[in-house]
Amino acid sequence: MSAPALQNPAAAPRRPARRIDAALVALVLGAVILWFAPVGMGRYGTYVLSLWLVMSIGVMGLNLTLGYAGQTSLAQAAFMGLGAYATAILTTKYGVSWYAAFGLSGLLTFAVGILLGFPALRVRTHYLAFVTLAFSTLIWLVLRNEQWLTGGVFGISNINRPDFLGIKLFGALEFHRFVVVVTLILSLALWWLIRSPWGRAFTALRENPVRAASLGIDTRAYTLLAFAIGSAYGGFAGSLYAPLVEFIDPSPFSLSQSLFLLLMVVAGGAGYLFGPFIGALLGVVLPEWLRFAGSLYLIIFATIVLALLIVCPQGVSGLFERGWNAFRRKSGGAR
Amino acid sequence: MAEFIAYLIAGIATGAIYALAAIGFTLVWQTSQTINFAQGEFVMLPAVLILLAVKLFGLPLWAGGLLGIAVFLLVFGAGFKLVVVDPMIKHGVLPLAIATMALSIIMKEGAKDGFSAEAQSFPSLVPTDMITLLGASISLQHLAIIIVAFAAIGLLQWFVGGTKLGRQMQATAQNPTVARIVGIPVERMVLLTFLLNAALAVVASLLISPIYLAKFSNGETIGLFAFIAAIVGGFNQVRGALVGGLLIGVADSLAAAYVSSQYRLAVPLVLLVAIILIKPEGLMGRKEERRV
Repeated sequence: MSAPALQNPAAAPRRPARRIDAALVALVLGAVILWFAPVGMGRYGTYVLSLWLVMSIGVMGLNLTLGYAGQTSLAQAAFMGLGAYATAILTTKYGVSWYAAFGLSGLLTFAVGILLGFPALRVRTHYLAFVTLAFSTLIWLVLRNEQWLTGGVFGISNINRPDFLGIKLFGALEFHRFVVVVTLILSLALWWLIRSPWGRAFTALRENPVRAASLGIDTRAYTLLAFAIGSAYGGFAGSLYAPLVEFIDPSPFSLSQSLFLLLMVVAGGAGYLFGPFIGALLGVVLPEWLRFAGSLYLIIFATIVLALLIVCPQGVSGLFERGWNAFRRKSGGAR
Repeated sequence: MAEFIAYLIAGIATGAIYALAAIGFTLVWQTSQTINFAQGEFVMLPAVLILLAVKLFGLPLWAGGLLGIAVFLLVFGAGFKLVVVDPMIKHGVLPLAIATMALSIIMKEGAKDGFSAEAQSFPSLVPTDMITLLGASISLQHLAIIIVAFAAIGLLQWFVGGTKLGRQMQATAQNPTVARIVGIPVERMVLLTFLLNAALAVVASLLISPIYLAKFSNGETIGLFAFIAAIVGGFNQVRGALVGGLLIGVADSLAAAYVSSQYRLAVPLVLLVAIILIKPEGLMGRKEERRV
């Protein structure tokens, strides 16, 4: 199955390809830096760094749904919860290996994405937001009330970290490096997807759905696919989150967390490859830096986001791009 | 039967509150295509501001009330439009919706840190007695909520449909370009809508806080239910928001009593999904033409 190629000679110069290759280099380089970054940071610093990457994966998925396919999902935290709980239950109660649980979490969230998206997208596009809103709250209710399965408000504890080729990953540093590798693989997969004909079809959908349809793109199928893959990334993120924190309860997977993830996508820059990393940095790491402010940190964070959006609705990535374009125009004019 | 009537009245009372917030939603949506995710916090904050004014300046309740309401209307009616909505409206619905999410965090955390993390009692204008009606014991507060909320909604309907200012507002909502051409001060009408939204939030706050206490986290549920009510009723209709609010309030109250208190929240949500699948534009909504 391949997408109809969007051949538009005027809009396909060679430069974008080169810029995307720069993105590939940046991804690998970033992974190398992050591999060594925690040296001398201590357990907690390393944990925050790993958490940042795990949240980035979740935000990445939402960025595919929102930034590339133009659909609003209000359930990304719920998908993370599904992944985290599936992994925790499978590994602690049934002795399934983490790798199998990771794959199953992705599969489960992908399937649920299809099930939710199919009726919602059949009706009209923005009803996906309403359906995911309802789904998000229902999942949270189930996580909290079905004690026999999820442990209710007491959650699930003693979630083990996986081995890698016989190496135990119990330490913060070892597990961080594992997270770096998984994040790299998942972001490379997404980088490939966005560059592929499928990804171009997603972008065409966002820019102008009617025109995309007239070019022969099956709008509904592609939107559904983008949402399902985005949801699967939420599942993957949850599957990594469970062994990282080693204890899960329903609170990090509530509706307000889904809204918070949406905030991160837009603040980082929806539709930019590196937007999710910046957004998660703002949402996860910035609050740690603002810890000196005590309980005020959320207010400061939200004020920064609000001010940022008023100044630049395309988020931090958009701000960078704007600055870069201005710089190029200036240097081009001097030449 | 008596029990059922009691639950029904309680449901209508909370539903009337949701309706007030949902009507604010639809007003703001109609004139500026803004989805205000801070709507629940808009209902939470006035009560907190009033208590804060009384506590900080030692004012009597009525003066603190006036001060709190004035500050709220100024900051979250006019200020909200001028500072947040105006600069962002040209960039589309999404960044603005996200901005209102950030605003809701600021309002909620601000109330928690600036006032109190504990629920505070809020004075009621109505005695807290119960009366017996058709064999069911019903709280006077619930009856008062229903009467005041319906009076406010009736007043609003009269204003929108029966006064010159209101009709200008309606024209602006329906077609700003044409409204501008016929000489309606569109900007002022939009500002008026935002002030009305804030005023409805104040009414809802004054009605609900005596029962649910003034607490920073109150906005979460109210915002969620008002949002659902607006969708269920039809996002582009004031009448729809009223019907949606009452429906959700009653469904919630009856679900808590007869289905399961743990899953009461699920009933309005299932209702939501069922309605948008069967009638996507909402119960009372108009179909909006698709713009290419």
